[in-house]
Amino acid sequence: MIEKVKERVSDLLRSGEIKGFLGLSNKHGNTGPHLFCAVEDLDTLVTGDWKETGDARYTLNKQLIHIARKYPHDVFGVLVRGCDERGLKVLYTWNQLNPEKVVPVGIACTQDLAQACECLEPYPDEFVAGEKAEGCAFDSVARLDALDVAGRFKAWTSEFSKCIKCYGCRDVCPMCFCNECSLEDDALVSSGGIPPEIPVFHLTRAIHMVGRCIDCGLCVEACPADIPLRTLYKKVADIVDDEFHYRPGRELYAKSPFNILMEPGTGS
Amino acid sequence: MDYRTVLTTCTYCGCGCNFYLEVLDGQVIDTIPCKTHPVNEGKLCIKGWNVHEFIQSPKRLTRPLVRKDGVLTETTWNEALDYTVSRLKAIKHDHGGESIAFLTSAKVTNEENYLLQKFARAAVGTNSVDHCARL
Repeated sequence: MIEKVKERVSDLLRSGEIKGFLGLSNKHGNTGPHLFCAVEDLDTLVTGDWKETGDARYTLNKQLIHIARKYPHDVFGVLVRGCDERGLKVLYTWNQLNPEKVVPVGIACTQDLAQACECLEPYPDEFVAGEKAEGCAFDSVARLDALDVAGRFKAWTSEFSKCIKCYGCRDVCPMCFCNECSLEDDALVSSGGIPPEIPVFHLTRAIHMVGRCIDCGLCVEACPADIPLRTLYKKVADIVDDEFHYRPGRELYAKSPFNILMEPGTGS
Repeated sequence: MDYRTVLTTCTYCGCGCNFYLEVLDGQVIDTIPCKTHPVNEGKLCIKGWNVHEFIQSPKRLTRPLVRKDGVLTETTWNEALDYTVSRLKAIKHDHGGESIAFLTSAKVTNEENYLLQKFARAAVGTNSVDHCARL
């Protein structure tokens, strides 16, 4: 699998089509993000499988934004899975990245990873390696939906009570690019205590993720308290899809329902 | 363009969480927790997540300071250490070792903390040793 990715990236670098490729590298005994600018560096390129498939995925789109903001005229390649590509589509829509300056190199996730992620579409539109796995249903959401309202509230209250307010879910999120964050707004979130107010803190973020969350699951992997944030955002995404027929990253330049709601003269 | 992700260990406490510092053209711009490191497995606390903000902060002390006529003034290590030694000796002489307390740091190594408490107990004669992580 990795050889096909290396081949593609090597071609892109040799032809000068891209200035660098943002991917993952095995260096110093660990796997992390790396900008590959020379073909000879590609020896260390990996797809992020450490102990299990895809357990060393990173927010490459976020790092790409950092680079593109400073070098807006250069073209960069980036390693994408299905979720990352959904992310790119939303980031293009929100003008955070310019599609003419990004060359995605896609890989398809394995069936195991797709199942672990409960991913609806575990592959990008185009990919150079891997095989198309079946999309998987949101079983975690169904399990919670099976509880009555009191049971659900109790379950989430218990989860939120573990929060140490590290802001890791926000900091790791490739779709969090606001200059001012509502989670730091004194009117919404009081400072100086943990856990943050239940359930306001996490529901504020869940509402904010409407139209943004592309279900990559990096938040849940960054959470030191193992709060199943992904399940929460999956549920929010389901509600928005049912009501507004919108799911972030499904279509390029689709308008988020937040835009629709904010248009003047459209009533409530 | 010079873009690097530099693997390093958090200096905030002794846990040893690892992260990549994102460095663009010499500026440290973000912190990325290392997912494959056995200590933190891609997770960080709120302090670790914000490490990149203090590294190049203009507020960071880079030279020793001694208060002269009520004003903190930049000085040399020799002068700062001479002053500290003379004052510690004088206070110990006048009021005894137990009148002195030491505040050490969770940001230094175990060995350095060991040295400081040894110095406090054996050389100065006080058991009053505490550290910044009690904040």
